[in-house]
Amino acid sequence: MSLSNDQVGHIARLARIALSDAELDATRAKLNGIFELIEQMQAVDTKGVEPMSHPQELATRLRPDLVTEPDRRDAFQKVAPQTEAGLYLVPKVIE
Amino acid sequence: MINASLPELRRALDTRQLSAVELASLFLDRIDAHNPGLNAFITVDRDGALAAARAADERIAAGTAGALTGIPLAHKDVFCTEGVLTTCGSKMLGNFVSPYDAHVVSLLKAAGAVCLGKANMDEFAMGSSNENSAFGAVKNPWNTARVPGGSSGGSAAAVAARLVPVATGTDTGGSVRQPAAFCGITGIKPSYGLVSRYGMIAYASSLDQAGAFGASAEDCALLLSAMTGFDERDSTSLERPTEDYAAALAAPAAAKPLEGLRIGLPREFFAEGMADDVRAAIETALDQYRALGATTVEVSLPNAKLAIPAYYVIAPAECSSNLSRFDGVRYGHRAADYGDLADMYSKSRAEGFGAEVKRRILVGTYVLSHGYYDAYYLQAQRLRRLIAQDFQAALQHCDVIAGPTTPTTAWALGEKSDDPVQMYLSDIYTIAVNLAGLPGLSHPAGFGADGLPVGLQLIGDYFAEARLLQAAHRFQQATDWHARRPAGTA
Repeated sequence: MSLSNDQVGHIARLARIALSDAELDATRAKLNGIFELIEQMQAVDTKGVEPMSHPQELATRLRPDLVTEPDRRDAFQKVAPQTEAGLYLVPKVIE
Repeated sequence: MINASLPELRRALDTRQLSAVELASLFLDRIDAHNPGLNAFITVDRDGALAAARAADERIAAGTAGALTGIPLAHKDVFCTEGVLTTCGSKMLGNFVSPYDAHVVSLLKAAGAVCLGKANMDEFAMGSSNENSAFGAVKNPWNTARVPGGSSGGSAAAVAARLVPVATGTDTGGSVRQPAAFCGITGIKPSYGLVSRYGMIAYASSLDQAGAFGASAEDCALLLSAMTGFDERDSTSLERPTEDYAAALAAPAAAKPLEGLRIGLPREFFAEGMADDVRAAIETALDQYRALGATTVEVSLPNAKLAIPAYYVIAPAECSSNLSRFDGVRYGHRAADYGDLADMYSKSRAEGFGAEVKRRILVGTYVLSHGYYDAYYLQAQRLRRLIAQDFQAALQHCDVIAGPTTPTTAWALGEKSDDPVQMYLSDIYTIAVNLAGLPGLSHPAGFGADGLPVGLQLIGDYFAEARLLQAAHRFQQATDWHARRPAGTA
């Protein structure tokens, strides 16, 4: 498998990472090297093997539906790039 | 005093030979003197450390001190520390003063440990050399032209250079064990689920696990004992009683203290790929284990070589999902100039993330994208099952598995930084352990041809931490590799 510049550009858009044309070739070359390594996986027949998503077989814990956290909005918004009146500011999304 | 073990420091504090404030000052002064050459710390918190030390002195005076009260330590900068800069080695979090403490940080604060600062690391814990830090590479204290290993390179270098007695780290594919090996110290990654991941900035959540660094297995045991325990804020935290790993080390002296211990040697770890000087050191160390009464048996991990390809699907997949939270809205870097919302995301992320982090996000995005999920992600998860089963089969024939931690000693700064695949392959002996979720430990086992430390890795079954620490401790009682120090630590 070998990725094209178009494919790399598409992945970068999906990942929301701006990639300049100047960076595209170098990024593609490095990604193709990584995928060459990853392709070694395909040599193994894993038919019938149950995928393992996690080291421990855990059931999701449930807890009573109670308020457990205090309001710490001011502390959390102190680290935000832009806030106003307790709201996070972002570029206008809906005209 | 800088080379004292934690039990020795405990005695010195308890007998008022020195105060916690004096001890913290001693190490803070060493950081001031030696950190400029090593770059092991991103943040030094002198004021916070001295305040914590004063509180520790009060506890000692009141007779309520615990094992770690007044003991200085460093946290890898992946752990959120309230009121202190927490960067995760990234420009993305270059201005992030955490509003809360990680669970590990809370536990160690409650134990009275004194945090001197935040250790440098590969950005978002992605790397094996600590060259991927936005705050500059860390230097190996044994030879400052060499890498300290990664991703917890700052923690390992700080302990090796005695800038701090012990430090925390995290290990997703070897990030505690490999830098411990490269820096000539002891490091343990416990079983997945034993230490809460709450407040530990996520890389690959099904693999990430916090661990401990110290000069010896005994120091690691004391630190790890204070880090484990159930935490309801981590959905994968295990509900099991905590263990006192340090108490488990105590045993009457015996001529053959490891009598009955069966050590499995995986054929695949001793095949080609291991450097001759590493092999020689490991063989000598295994002879020592046999002299202490252990027996060795060959075992096989037939799918071990597939651990790296499987890891580089699973870890990037989880990373691409975890790191989607860095969007320049609620915290972290936001680009100065942008148009619409999508443009703000893309530019903020392009500017905030370094090259290796971007590569792993891109790989993860691809393997999870429509049409590729089965071929990559599910195949990797099936291999993960086979790898975990290999360990269980091998552990039918032995109590612990041993081998080299790394194929070579520490390489030169810059040697692999432009070749991600070569960097990935250096983690061949450590990655499979994370995929299985097993505990692993690395301890010093001599030196290579270039005078750099060699690490021996011990791998155990789930929750065999005490057994690993015990075996390493017995080895360290009979040898002095762990007591060797780089220049400048007298």
